[in-house]
Amino acid sequence: MRSRLALIGRYAALLVLAALCIGPIAVMILTSFKTQAQTFDTGLTFFFVPTMENYRDVIFDASFGRYLVNSLVVGIVATLATLLLGCMAAYGMARFSFAGRKALAYTTLMLRTVPLAVIAVPVFMIWSDWRLTNSLLGLILLYIAVNLPFTIWLLYGFVLQVPVDLEEAAAIDGCRPWRVLLRIVLPLIRPGLAAAAIFTFRIAWNEFILALVLTDRATRTLPVAASLYVTDIGVEWGKLMALASLIALPPLAFTFLAARQVISGLTAGAVKG
Amino acid sequence: MSAVANKNARVAWLFVLPAIVIMAAACLYPVISAVRLGFYEWSMGTPWSQARWAGLTSFQIAYTEPAVWSSLWTTLKFASVSVTAEMALGIGLALALEGNIRGQAAFRTLFILPMMVAPIAVGLTWRYLFDAQFGLINAVLGVFGVAAKGWLADESLAFAAIIIADIWQWTPFVFIMVVAGLANVDGSILEAARIDGARWWTMTMRVKLPMIAHVLAITLVMRLIDAFRVLEVIYVLTFGGPGASTEVLSLHIYKTAFIGQKLGAASAISVLLLAVVMVLTWLALRMSNPLADSEGDR
Repeated sequence: MRSRLALIGRYAALLVLAALCIGPIAVMILTSFKTQAQTFDTGLTFFFVPTMENYRDVIFDASFGRYLVNSLVVGIVATLATLLLGCMAAYGMARFSFAGRKALAYTTLMLRTVPLAVIAVPVFMIWSDWRLTNSLLGLILLYIAVNLPFTIWLLYGFVLQVPVDLEEAAAIDGCRPWRVLLRIVLPLIRPGLAAAAIFTFRIAWNEFILALVLTDRATRTLPVAASLYVTDIGVEWGKLMALASLIALPPLAFTFLAARQVISGLTAGAVKG
Repeated sequence: MSAVANKNARVAWLFVLPAIVIMAAACLYPVISAVRLGFYEWSMGTPWSQARWAGLTSFQIAYTEPAVWSSLWTTLKFASVSVTAEMALGIGLALALEGNIRGQAAFRTLFILPMMVAPIAVGLTWRYLFDAQFGLINAVLGVFGVAAKGWLADESLAFAAIIIADIWQWTPFVFIMVVAGLANVDGSILEAARIDGARWWTMTMRVKLPMIAHVLAITLVMRLIDAFRVLEVIYVLTFGGPGASTEVLSLHIYKTAFIGQKLGAASAISVLLLAVVMVLTWLALRMSNPLADSEGDR
């Protein structure tokens, strides 16, 4: 009986926690379906006739399409490039010994935690010199660079778990190293690739400080547009929350699709397995 | 490991070089430039060739500015309060809720959602929640008879607000880490302790927590690093205000550079933030270096 009560208590606690985690996200989504007048009601209104007016206003805004395309291009290209380069580097570091390997490992890991505010100023200067400001390419390069350290770290662990025998057998059969990577290693580290892809896309899609500094009207991404919206149109909470919900949607969807990979990425390095 | 006997260095470099080039150009070089920029006088929009050597002037100006030290203090307070709360809550919840539970996977998925939401969305949502007139938080407090508060208009309440938002977003991270750590504890040791008659409290303090000490330490340092780098959610939620009550170092650097147009000073302050974060990162690497510490080096 006592253990039964304890079990019920545990479930109750878990449900409360889950509610706390989802609460603010739910408020964001609910508010996005409210009219301007309803958003100024006191906070405790959960039952109302939903309106699509905010989404219509946000999505059919003249610039929304451009910002969305920019965000998608930046997110997808940066993710694919990071995966490609990250795989190669992780494989090179896991399977070869070469001079400077250790220095490279340390530098890579130190770069992982560089605060973006620190590089915003010099990047603005350097990108001006290299004519990369106000271009999507400039932003993509940055997102690849800041995501590579984590990606290499994560994939390195996955490559180490691939049985070396398989690779050696392939090598004896005459496979060149890059074919071994492509044919043998890549299929086996797919869960790692999924985790790395989700984390990289999340940063590239969500980030807005570097994007704010480095983009103009033509190259703006969605989060930058949202941050400027606040001052542009005052506090139209319905529209703001509709835009926020649209920005939040893809990473949340990926989390539902691949929660296990997300958790393996979060705990990588600290917990074996 | 036999494959590391593969000493074909030229092939190895072909694999790692593309990543090195990008990281060097778009991450390492900017970091070095941030430090170098502190020694120059240069204004935005002019070519770098017009920059003048200024020695330590920027550092002198920046480090005698009270605003820099107060923002360092704000960052320290933010990091210590929020990370302490996140660790305590995360560990406590993980211990209380550990064990086989139906729907574990579903709960875990729900718990990681806050971390995945874009900072811009988190900041905007909490701004709405904390709104003095129609925010949910005042409404809930009102139910308990607490008078409405101007959360984002009061210095200490605004500081509480940025901490609450951070706790909401990152406590689940500690929770997930501790749960993962506990799942890896050797069951036979726990069983032995249980047979010896250890109660829950003794079991937790003497057996479980010491066995996951390593995971706890790494989690702590990772949270500290992120707390010191914090910028985007605060940018949206309070933009450092009211006054400078929530102006953390990253935000102070951003404002000094892009609003005050004082690039030298911004870089001088960057060096301070960089130093703190690098020391913490070095600590984290001492505890677990996944790249250099592999079998390949032995």
